[in-house]
Amino acid sequence: MIITKQKDIEEIYEMIKPYSKILVAGCDGCCQPPRSINEAKVLAQMLELKARSNGKELKWKAITVLRQCDDRIAATTIRPFIEEYDAIMSLACGLGVGMLNRIFPTILTFPAQDSMFGGAENNGENYFVEYCETCGECLLGETGGICPMAGCAKNLSNGPCGGQVEGKCEVGGYIHDCAWVKIWERLKKFNRLDLFTIYRPPRNYQIWSSPRFLHIYEPISSEKEPKKEEKV
Amino acid sequence: MPQRPAYSNLVKAIREGKFVFTGELEPEKDFDLKHVLHSAEEMKKTGKIIAANVTDGPQGDAYTCSMVPCYLVQEKVGLEAIWQMTVRDRNRIALFGDILGGSILGLKNLLALTGDHSALGDHGNARAVYDLDSTQLIELVSKMVDEGTDLEGNEIQGGKPQINVGCAANPNSNPRDPEILKVGRKVDVGADFIQTQTSFDVDDAKEFLKELEKYNIPVLLGLFPIKNYGIAWYFNEYIPGVSVPKDFLDALKATKKIKDKQQKYAAIDKINLEFYEPFIKEIKKTTKAAGIHCMAVHYERLFEPLLKDF
Repeated sequence: MIITKQKDIEEIYEMIKPYSKILVAGCDGCCQPPRSINEAKVLAQMLELKARSNGKELKWKAITVLRQCDDRIAATTIRPFIEEYDAIMSLACGLGVGMLNRIFPTILTFPAQDSMFGGAENNGENYFVEYCETCGECLLGETGGICPMAGCAKNLSNGPCGGQVEGKCEVGGYIHDCAWVKIWERLKKFNRLDLFTIYRPPRNYQIWSSPRFLHIYEPISSEKEPKKEEKV
Repeated sequence: MPQRPAYSNLVKAIREGKFVFTGELEPEKDFDLKHVLHSAEEMKKTGKIIAANVTDGPQGDAYTCSMVPCYLVQEKVGLEAIWQMTVRDRNRIALFGDILGGSILGLKNLLALTGDHSALGDHGNARAVYDLDSTQLIELVSKMVDEGTDLEGNEIQGGKPQINVGCAANPNSNPRDPEILKVGRKVDVGADFIQTQTSFDVDDAKEFLKELEKYNIPVLLGLFPIKNYGIAWYFNEYIPGVSVPKDFLDALKATKKIKDKQQKYAAIDKINLEFYEPFIKEIKKTTKAAGIHCMAVHYERLFEPLLKDF
């Protein structure tokens, strides 16, 4: 899931201030905490109040999209409303905001959220935790499924560092777990400390450099294509 | 891996079987390095300190770089430097360039460190680098020194840098096993020596040193003589995982009442000597430690009485 944090209402209002009719679009996709129709309505009402206190009238409509980052779903859901509104305020993560700007080039879509990280709720506790940095070179097979890129403040490949105390990290005041101690505990449990002791050489950060692309399929060379006469 | 030649006086002395002492110098936000050079001179005068570490932005603070004070300490004072280098602020390109530059200036020891996270320092919003980790930094140094190349195998023109590389280990680490295993990785990629974090517990230190014996690498145990009660209190309260023994702490606290400065200094020195002299003797006598890394920053007056019998 993409974990997002709503921006301050002042900042959101500043973005839509030049417009009088806005479409507020929630997202039912993987955004967490939920950013759906209810959240879209609440945000729209807050913006209306804010506008009124500034002596302005704001017209709005709140909708939600199954997944804003899916171009077909987003296009079919939002297209019927585009003509009636001056701007879109999206409650999706940066993927959704980017997608709406791309598929609707005639209208600006603004972000109501700061996209934080790829993560999930922490065992029902009152916070979300980062699980994956989408680094492009997955180490989870060597680390008992615990990611040292997402879980270690220093992104160490060969941890732990000297900053762990009783399995807690120096960053954040010794509250958060040291990923490398967790990795050690987990691999020890499975008698796989051979994986822990591997020396991992410097990483290839070229594959982690933006903008990143991935071919959906490898282009097939003409030689591999079946010849017409061979087709049945 | 065949043993790397001893390029530094520190590693030469260790290989000759001497029990060595190293000190520590801490450049801060300084344009004027007089205090660093003064401390280095005091260490040099004792005739007991073979080399001194020069820190690289401890606690993640933006301080004067380590390389230039290292060079000045060697050139102006004639004391060999142990160049601390963290991977916090520089990527592999900058690290390579600095190591080569420092080597041209005659630096012979490098201590490869991860470094305290920048979030803890005075520029908390800075982007921490950590392109390499400290183990990978040791690999970089090994490639430069042993093969004369950078990490990609591109040849260094005009010769190979001559540097011995050390790594850190933490005797206070809890759990300890991952720390020991991590040190193993560092030894495998080419560390020449270890300097440990500070220890206040002789039995614990002995146990830790015993566990490191399997790697067959010289270890300098870190000790931290404390020059006033305030530092001891701070250490005890705010440095997690380290506790100053109660008797030691109480004795230092009692010196707060002494009004005369000289008497107070004498009392503090006596407490440190009573604590550390037997500590060092015990380590020297009963362990395979190669020496002591004495982190008495700004407390050089203790070196002479503390080390006179070693």
